[in-house]
Amino acid sequence: MTGLLAVLSTPPEGFHAPGTEIFQYAGNPELCLIGSGPLCIQKVTLLMLLSAVAISAFFLMAFRAPRLVPRGVQGVAEGLVDIVRRGVVLEVMGPDGLPFLPLLTTLFVFIWVNNSLGIIPLIQFPTTSRMAIPAVLAGLVWLVFNVVGIVKQGGLGYLKNVLFPPGVPAPIYVLVTPIEFVSTFLVRPLTLAVRLGANMIAGHLILTIFAVGCWYLFSHLWTPGADWVAGFGVFSFALLVFMTGFEVLVAFLQAYIFTMLTAVYIAGAMHPEH
Amino acid sequence: MADLALLAQEAVNVGVPIGKGLVYGLAAIGPGIGIGFLVGKAVEAMARQPEAAGMVRTTMFLGIAFTEALALFGFVLSFIVS
Repeated sequence: MTGLLAVLSTPPEGFHAPGTEIFQYAGNPELCLIGSGPLCIQKVTLLMLLSAVAISAFFLMAFRAPRLVPRGVQGVAEGLVDIVRRGVVLEVMGPDGLPFLPLLTTLFVFIWVNNSLGIIPLIQFPTTSRMAIPAVLAGLVWLVFNVVGIVKQGGLGYLKNVLFPPGVPAPIYVLVTPIEFVSTFLVRPLTLAVRLGANMIAGHLILTIFAVGCWYLFSHLWTPGADWVAGFGVFSFALLVFMTGFEVLVAFLQAYIFTMLTAVYIAGAMHPEH
Repeated sequence: MADLALLAQEAVNVGVPIGKGLVYGLAAIGPGIGIGFLVGKAVEAMARQPEAAGMVRTTMFLGIAFTEALALFGFVLSFIVS
């Protein structure tokens, strides 16, 4: 018993709990594969660009010579489009949201693939866990729903519908207007970016902690007198497998939620509350 | 005097990790309760009216997304606190 306590309570040599440094290429923010400074292309940028190329190639291949009865790649691609079309656009926006189907499908597939990079063996880094990527995507969504609102309702009409929602007693506007301003123009893009980024950061941290713990505990197999500690590695390994399965779900769910919220924001800008 | 400075430094050393944990822990209470209520009610609605399950599920995910944001802010803040 005292042996167990001694092993568990002394800070083990060589064990470092993974922290934020795992989100940098080789733990070094200055390290670049191509270029330097602000144009630095490192592992994360390269993965993101490669995923964009792969997605483009996939859809080009699928719809290069479309058939009436889809086969092979075309069937998969049509399935993806159908998830967004039926599960997001028709559900949230109705038929007049269909012009936004290409945008939403692209967002969905891009985010899903980039989230899934976190669980693909040998890559195992979700590029969306670097805040810059969710931030740019959220900025894009912010731009789109504001432009849609201005085009559909006119600049002043859009501002009036957002800041002064009808059906509210006049004195309450003192409270409602600032809240609506902050929630529509500031909190929306912020939560959109933080939700995706923080989920992927948390997922990657959990996987790394269990993987490092697993390796560390199993490495005791060769330590004389402490080889029984390796037995605890089984629990770490079991959780690692379980959490990897969970991340498969999270990667899909976060892409779906991001797409759905985008659809909700665009639909809100198209049809003001009456 | 030097002892006091040392003590203050020690308090900071001990306090920062505790604070980091508290930031996330406290931020998770509200959303935890909220998501519990939300999903419970959604399941109730789906059981009562299975044909409306699709609509309920979409709205449920939307509600979860909004509720969860608060906990995630706490998660991000726990990295910023130092």
